[in-house]
Amino acid sequence: MDAILLQILNGLDKGGAYALIALGLTLIFGTLGVVNFAHGALFMLGAFCAVTLNKLITLQKIVLDPTQTTAWGTPMEVRTPYAEAWFGDAGSLIVDFSVPLAILVAIPIMLIVGLIMERGLIRHFYNRPHADQILVTFGLAIVIQEIIKSFYGANPIPQTAPDMFSGSADIGVLIGVDAGAVVYPYWRMVYLGFSLLLIGGVMAFLQFTTFGMVVRAGMADRETVGLMGINIERRFTIVFGLAAIVAGLAGVMYTPIVPPDYHMGMDFLVLSFVVVVVGGMGSLGGAVAAGFLLGIVQSFASMNEVKDIVPGIDQIIIYLIAVIILLVRPRGLMGRKGVMES
Amino acid sequence: MSDLKYGVSRRGLLKGGAAVGAGLALPTIFTSAARAQYLNEPTGASVTLGFNVPQTGAYADEGADELRAYELAVEHINAGGGGMLDTFSSKALAGGGVNGKKVEFVTGDTQTKSDAARASAKRMIEKDGAIMITGGSSSGVAIAVQSLCQEAGVIFMAGLTHSNDTTGKDRRRNGFRHFFNTEMSGAALGPILESNYGKDRNAYHLTADYTWGWSQENSMKTYTESIGWNTVEAVRTPLGAGDFSQYITPVLNSGADTLVLNHYGKDMVNSLTQAVQFGLRDKQVNGKDFVVVVPLYSRLMAQGAGENVKGIFGSTNWHWSLQDEGSKAFVTAFGQKYGFPPSQAAHTTYCQAILYADAAQRAGTFNPCGVVEALEGFEFDGLGNGPTLYRAEDHQCFKPVLVVKGKENPSSQFDILEVVDVTPTEKVMYGTDHPDFQGGELGECNAGA
Repeated sequence: MDAILLQILNGLDKGGAYALIALGLTLIFGTLGVVNFAHGALFMLGAFCAVTLNKLITLQKIVLDPTQTTAWGTPMEVRTPYAEAWFGDAGSLIVDFSVPLAILVAIPIMLIVGLIMERGLIRHFYNRPHADQILVTFGLAIVIQEIIKSFYGANPIPQTAPDMFSGSADIGVLIGVDAGAVVYPYWRMVYLGFSLLLIGGVMAFLQFTTFGMVVRAGMADRETVGLMGINIERRFTIVFGLAAIVAGLAGVMYTPIVPPDYHMGMDFLVLSFVVVVVGGMGSLGGAVAAGFLLGIVQSFASMNEVKDIVPGIDQIIIYLIAVIILLVRPRGLMGRKGVMES
Repeated sequence: MSDLKYGVSRRGLLKGGAAVGAGLALPTIFTSAARAQYLNEPTGASVTLGFNVPQTGAYADEGADELRAYELAVEHINAGGGGMLDTFSSKALAGGGVNGKKVEFVTGDTQTKSDAARASAKRMIEKDGAIMITGGSSSGVAIAVQSLCQEAGVIFMAGLTHSNDTTGKDRRRNGFRHFFNTEMSGAALGPILESNYGKDRNAYHLTADYTWGWSQENSMKTYTESIGWNTVEAVRTPLGAGDFSQYITPVLNSGADTLVLNHYGKDMVNSLTQAVQFGLRDKQVNGKDFVVVVPLYSRLMAQGAGENVKGIFGSTNWHWSLQDEGSKAFVTAFGQKYGFPPSQAAHTTYCQAILYADAAQRAGTFNPCGVVEALEGFEFDGLGNGPTLYRAEDHQCFKPVLVVKGKENPSSQFDILEVVDVTPTEKVMYGTDHPDFQGGELGECNAGA
């Protein structure tokens, strides 16, 4: 029971990240018809917004102390963080909350990155075959990765959650199980809550605003919306920016869970595509549902009891499910008729 | 039969042609035999070494440090002194260069992938004329490149490779390893774990699912079980899993009070960070504090795990804080050139370059078979690890092993680990009949010609 509860929590948490990335992928595919393999790179760029902000606010004044020498004989560097020197306790608090604060930085940056990507490159590939789109966006992802690596190196750069969220909660006590039996890190719960909030926000934006209504109409029938005199292309460009923001924010908040490195986007990309396919191409609800579903299934498949019965199942379960879903429901769980079927 | 114009018969023409052909070919055969006694024999004023390191991929930072060390080693070899060359017990290289030739180098990118590493090594051997290949940061890569070098007929001086198999079942006559292995890590860590955590522990292993991980898990199980520990479970995790939460949560209720992370690099950083996040280190099980062990530490990687490494035991091949003359000379030379201390990857690759050059100089030839003979059974000192033997039977270096612990109060960003014990060579040395090292033969040396 304890183990099952823990794996459900793990799955929801992992599923939150899958769902956020898959949501952006589906938005882009549904509106622009582009298969965006650079979406994982956007997730990674978001994470590096947090790294960059952290580096900036922990910038240190370096003074050489000639009275002390390093092991290799040069004067020792004495480092004092500017933020703490200038703002005292407030400075420490800013440093402590650098990851949540990075959300504010990541929103405009990711929007700009998304707009530049769409206007500068991807729009030239709207009428090209999907294979071309995949190649160009995959190439773009590699370029972005290498740029990040040249600035930040290949090693993971750890980011810490704010102190108040750094421990773990004893959920076992809350639900009447043994103390210490179900322990879950606070930040992972924050991440789950954040992803649900973000998913809800995007859905509400598309459902309840005029902009969202036009976008949904455009997704259903682009030509008719265009004939009504609405500049649907401009709105779709904004949608691309919105998808970039969602991926970026998912990346920002993920940094205390897995220390970010330049390759983290690729690790998520393939899985997120599977999520989109299982959910149904072009279905936002499907992407979200499949994200959580696959996250939970993957967690359960990693249990020792399951692996004892089917060794190695944790490595293939997601792909196995994708195969089964595609055989039984070729359009995915909630796929629409006509999407990618022409 | 009619004679051709100018009075030459067809038969005569064929005979004459054959004679001229044979005459022309004969000296070439003799000269080529005289020239190519071995593959890529240097004929000019320089000799080329091939540095095959990860320049892209997850271990690129480690590869960059290896390359820095190689450049420094080449500088010292050509100058005939500097760094650990001054403290090295053999003084054969004091004249500068090797066998009267200046050392030059080419580089390749292993990408920490066996096929890419083999392709770049092949390119350096075939196109750049590299006489020796060295470097790398993975046992899978080391084993693949070692076998390629054996087939091609050049020497392979392994970089960072810790699996027993490199000098065990996959050993080759042309390949040599300076770095230690998982058996030595287990032998060094066992007594330290016993004295710090006692004999009654339940260990849970998380193991990277490839040759090094299996080798490390096996060695740790052997040595922890020999001190009375019980192995609760040993779970294989995919390489580069990123989020290990689904593997860590089962530990919580497994009854284990010790987690052994047979992970290296990014996997180690991630699994350790997440184990701490799940409160494992604050946990009490069976009336004991829950503890984590990281059998193979890398200071470069430990920086990624930040605060989480504090107090955690592991082993390492070398550490820049060592106070012997060799280590001090190396840290000074490296630190002054690059502004930070060298990693264990830099140390082992620097040593390998020096050891190869010294062997070629002592042998008086770059012929791989001559170099093999010079390195087999070679005893040396002054390269930072104390007295060391390159054992002839398996081409493994035997030297003391460092047991380290994450430092509680680091004084700088490089001051992550502290050396808690230097396990003497005799405690980590094993016989050539050790079961974990069986199934392979060195075979004959291959000079490639």
